[in-house]
Amino acid sequence: MNALNSIPISYYLMFCSMLFCIGVIGVLIKRNALVILMSVELMINSINLLLAAFSAYSNDPAGQIFVFFIMVVAAAEVAIGLAIIVLIYKTTHSIDIDVLNKLKW
Amino acid sequence: MNSIISLSVLGVLVLFLGILKKKTWLLPLILPGLLISLVMTVLHWNMNRGLFHNMIIIDNTGVAFSAVLIFSTFLIFMLAAQYYRKVIRPLDDIYAIMIFALVGAVLMCYFGNLIMLFIGIETLSIALYVLAGSHKEAITSNEATLKYFLLGSFLSGFLLFGIALLYGSSGSFDLYTIHAYVVSHIQQGLPPMFKAGLFLLIIGLSFKIAIAPFHFWAPDVYEGTPTLLTAFMASVVKIASVVAMYRFFSITFFGIHGVWEMTVAILAGITIIIGNVTGIYQPNLKRMLAYSSISHSGYMMLAMVAFSGYTATALLFYAVAYSVATISAFAILILVREAKGNDYFGSFNNLAKHNRIEAFTLAVAMLSLTGIPPLAGFMGKYFLFSAAIEQGWLWLVIIAIAGSAVSVGYYFKPIIAMYFREDQETVLQAGPSYKAHILFLTLLTILLGFLPFLLSGLI
Repeated sequence: MNALNSIPISYYLMFCSMLFCIGVIGVLIKRNALVILMSVELMINSINLLLAAFSAYSNDPAGQIFVFFIMVVAAAEVAIGLAIIVLIYKTTHSIDIDVLNKLKW
Repeated sequence: MNSIISLSVLGVLVLFLGILKKKTWLLPLILPGLLISLVMTVLHWNMNRGLFHNMIIIDNTGVAFSAVLIFSTFLIFMLAAQYYRKVIRPLDDIYAIMIFALVGAVLMCYFGNLIMLFIGIETLSIALYVLAGSHKEAITSNEATLKYFLLGSFLSGFLLFGIALLYGSSGSFDLYTIHAYVVSHIQQGLPPMFKAGLFLLIIGLSFKIAIAPFHFWAPDVYEGTPTLLTAFMASVVKIASVVAMYRFFSITFFGIHGVWEMTVAILAGITIIIGNVTGIYQPNLKRMLAYSSISHSGYMMLAMVAFSGYTATALLFYAVAYSVATISAFAILILVREAKGNDYFGSFNNLAKHNRIEAFTLAVAMLSLTGIPPLAGFMGKYFLFSAAIEQGWLWLVIIAIAGSAVSVGYYFKPIIAMYFREDQETVLQAGPSYKAHILFLTLLTILLGFLPFLLSGLI
């Protein structure tokens, strides 16, 4: 706890925001559906870290409980996401998102 | 709470019944089951209490909106027998996932804690990703589900980051604690972290409602998704997301003005303009209905901008009118797509000659969505716009009225095609019960227009 308190909360905030931004950039520039999924996971994990840090600093367990909820939901989301990617691969033999052009903007 | 439990049990029962591989047994279980949960929901009227340390708060607004959601799902399930007529497999999975999505939607009407908001949204979204791709052989359905999934999980990240920042500044997920924090800090100004969190939360919810500029997924996903499930997305999912946003603001910012109204008002204005103008250029009815749903979510945002005790009623009435009209439009769309194989406006030519009931239903739905008096859509818009004017949002109401005027340009396209264009004759294959159901929907639209006090005095 002491080691934690010697680092100001703003450091955690900056660190998690940067991780989150790396995830966002990954989603925006990558073309491979699997890599996009990984970037989304990075975003979600940065949020988990931020919630845990806030929770530890305010001595309130609710934030850490919420992290468990997020982990469960993220796991469910990954399960569905991988199933969808397998489905796409079966029909188009590619998981590049540029093949998705049947429906126009 | 009763409705969440009974709907979950119903979903599990449907899954178990799937083991028997009897397709015809499913709907006779689901339809009464939904009606029972509807009754159980209404029994909570005037209960007004928090459950599980205010994780779930049952109040009349939540009860009324979850009753609307369950009723809309009931109306959609009435179309399922016709839509899946030629499918041989039992379909228990699709029906069960629809019911589980409804559980998430109902949770979004009752939440009293941001954790429950997140769980509700994700229960709804994850079920929808599966439903959007449920036509596994069609490449359009595959594409719709991947687009929806990637964008949906991406924007869920923004929503979560917003919740984390709100938690970091206010120290709690509980809506009433956040409200107390806002009340005590409004004088010296809210910290930037809180404002950033609020902004990210608005972005995340706007995506779920399909508010411009986060609406780009909606037309593609609506077009690729199987039509019955598009009706589910356009009615139940949209209303649930709007209600979640309304509930968040109405509890957290109760009696506080000037923090978020302008952001939401600008988003609503952009949504109304983009939804209506782009709607004119759509080649087929399904994409047009997608843009119609976008512009209607813009109108529903007026209830949040002009928040007062009176707008909940207006939003409720609007939600019912919009949902009934949209479902009846999709009911006809299902028939036309089955008979013609596509839904370009040319397919509607000369439809009124042999299909009087179907053409009349679609015409009434389109007129109600436009807001022509005396139909339900007009009364809904009247309540919403007058509430907004009362709160001093005249410029936004002018944009909304101009948007409604523009929307005539696309809502009248199928009507003109059905009644005035000559073409070879088509006979739609609708059974008697289906016809009775669409007549019921039409009657509901007309009745609500003439007797708005049936709903308007409720909450």
